[in-house]
Amino acid sequence: MATMVQAVRMALHYGEEHLGVTDVFGEDVGPPLGGVFTATQGLRTAWNSPLDERGIVATAMGIAYAGGKPVCEIQFCDYGFNTFDLLKVAGNQYWASGGGMPLNMVLMTPSGSGIRGSLYHSHSFESWASRLAGWKIVMPSSALDAYGLMIAAIEDPNPVMVLLPKALLRVRGDKLLPGEPADEQELKNMIDAPLGDRTKWKPRWPKLSKHVVKIGEGALVREGEAATVVSYGRTLPLCVQAADRVREETGAACDVIDLRSIFPYDWPMIRRSVQKTGRVLIVNEDTEVTNFGEHLLRRVIDEHFYDLLVRPRVLLGKHIPGIGLNQVYEQNSVPQAPQVLAAIREIVSEPA
Amino acid sequence: MPSNHDAENGQGVGVVPVLEIRPDTNEALPSDGLFSGMEFLPAVTCRQIHQIMLRSRVMEERMIKMAKSGEGYFWIGGPGEEAFNTCLGLQVKKGRGPAYDYLHLHYRNEATLVAMGMPLIDGIRQMGMRWTDPHSRGRNFPGHFSVPDWNVVPVTPVIEVQHGMAPGTALVQKRFGGDAITIVTGGDAGTAEGDFASCMIWSTRPGQELPVLIIVMNNGWGISTQACTQHGERRIIDRGAAFGIKGEVVDGNDPIASWHAIQRGMSVCRQERRPYMIEAKVSRLYGHSSSSGAQRVQREVDCVRDFEEKLLRAGLIDQPTLDRLHHEATIEADDALKQVLREPHPTPDDVARFSYHSSPVDSIYPGDYTGLPGTHAEV
Repeated sequence: MATMVQAVRMALHYGEEHLGVTDVFGEDVGPPLGGVFTATQGLRTAWNSPLDERGIVATAMGIAYAGGKPVCEIQFCDYGFNTFDLLKVAGNQYWASGGGMPLNMVLMTPSGSGIRGSLYHSHSFESWASRLAGWKIVMPSSALDAYGLMIAAIEDPNPVMVLLPKALLRVRGDKLLPGEPADEQELKNMIDAPLGDRTKWKPRWPKLSKHVVKIGEGALVREGEAATVVSYGRTLPLCVQAADRVREETGAACDVIDLRSIFPYDWPMIRRSVQKTGRVLIVNEDTEVTNFGEHLLRRVIDEHFYDLLVRPRVLLGKHIPGIGLNQVYEQNSVPQAPQVLAAIREIVSEPA
Repeated sequence: MPSNHDAENGQGVGVVPVLEIRPDTNEALPSDGLFSGMEFLPAVTCRQIHQIMLRSRVMEERMIKMAKSGEGYFWIGGPGEEAFNTCLGLQVKKGRGPAYDYLHLHYRNEATLVAMGMPLIDGIRQMGMRWTDPHSRGRNFPGHFSVPDWNVVPVTPVIEVQHGMAPGTALVQKRFGGDAITIVTGGDAGTAEGDFASCMIWSTRPGQELPVLIIVMNNGWGISTQACTQHGERRIIDRGAAFGIKGEVVDGNDPIASWHAIQRGMSVCRQERRPYMIEAKVSRLYGHSSSSGAQRVQREVDCVRDFEEKLLRAGLIDQPTLDRLHHEATIEADDALKQVLREPHPTPDDVARFSYHSSPVDSIYPGDYTGLPGTHAEV
């Protein structure tokens, strides 16, 4: 099975060959490196840019204005904070021009913790990004979803941000991409650049097919009556593992929703689940003050107060200036498996 | 999707026909025109430039009155930049797509748009915040133009971000072939932003040079702060020299000098497919905006008045004709305002319109934005 980063690369290749992608660019995106996570190795349209995040976003806007279809990368979301006014401008171009200027661009950037990245390779971005009206924000937690969401992002005529969970980029999926060879080693030999001299290397792309995960569609990855657990990105597999364990221990089965799209999010799926379970836990690793999960919590309370059996909860990252390098810091800054397990045990067991 | 200039706004009111310029084939004698130093423009071009400068000035003075009378709110614009901006607009290769010039303008480019053929009423529609405003549907400040059919990308109040975008359109144009260029305009104060450096860096990557005409409209001010108190560089174009960007400083109040500087800059960009920088020294005749009162400044050169005096002295126009042109421009602007005041405002239903373009891959918003996800299904 492909890793998430291989899936992203194959989606971009599919985009180049079938969806009109004209430019995949950013810092170290082109040869020889092909991206610090290897997401862009071997791509026909990949090129290196100056070390200038504002320039990357703005150039993508210009390419899109002129009819190109760019996918730009901010190497780590941690370095995207100086692009915010450009992101805001990109999000408002269609609206500000009264429908005259749609902006078909994709921005992808690794987000979140889990790679021992210290202060500036561990940030989360989705809460900031969710406030950028005019953008669509997606975040996969599996390789197949990364493939399908990236293809959707390319096809959508609006600006779309693809947040890639850093911790999951090397994680293999459990489903084959359409056209992916079943043998992992064969895939690696085909599309992973060798170490050392790459000047003569060219990828051999598998014959891939289209797979779209529509923007705004969550995935119900576990089903149950005991509680609703909403998550995405790095914390999603932690929620699944914890929900499985609680089910084994107590028989209490939870709905676990992989939101996949931060905005627009799949409110109909959340609503149906909340009405069924009456218990809600929202888990993500962004810092807890004005966290995107708090918005979901507000809607749960506003719209489903009388459906709730116990108080709804969030499990979020701590409101601290950064994530320290020593793992004592990281393990105690953002939700980890034990905290997720404890939170699910608590919500399913609290008397109504 | 609506086009910006085919909507219900229709044609302008009392538009004065723009004369066709054919400087290359003009057979007038050298004396039938105006010199500025060694540079010359034929009379027909001078008269055309003057007429556009005048109409643009009258439109903006009408808009300033709107800001003061309550018919509009905030005004910002380009009185004092008409000479240069008119010459720019007249030399643009106008059209849609990469075969034509892209314009990343700032909010003082009214005369450029008027020179390109924008009816005055469209500027006044934006000032009047009407739904018929083809640039922003009453959403943006005046002078914040957006014209897809002319490759004028939306002007934003965020200073200098347009400089970052310009290499993107130029990149596509260079690949496309032909001679179309990207034009980016900003003020002198804005060059302190990093996006100005981005523009120079991205348009001079070795082997990847881009046809970007970088224009700095140097009025010596950033709102209330004088440039000389904040900038140590003698000339802004000297910063371009570090990147091998050719450039020149021009008197932006002189339409003849401006015309030729723009022509030289465009020629480098069109033929050599490289950037060029022009620093135009201009006036700021009504202050920064209505926020500083929009009072007439007397101590700076008025390019319209200055050019009219030159035309009169050269015998290229007479006073009765000048009076008639002023009268016609005033009538045009006044009639446009009367029309605009009869046109509809946006409605509450229009607030979110055009948040999103329709998408085949979006389950929540296959069309436009409809409120928070899931709410529309419950209505």
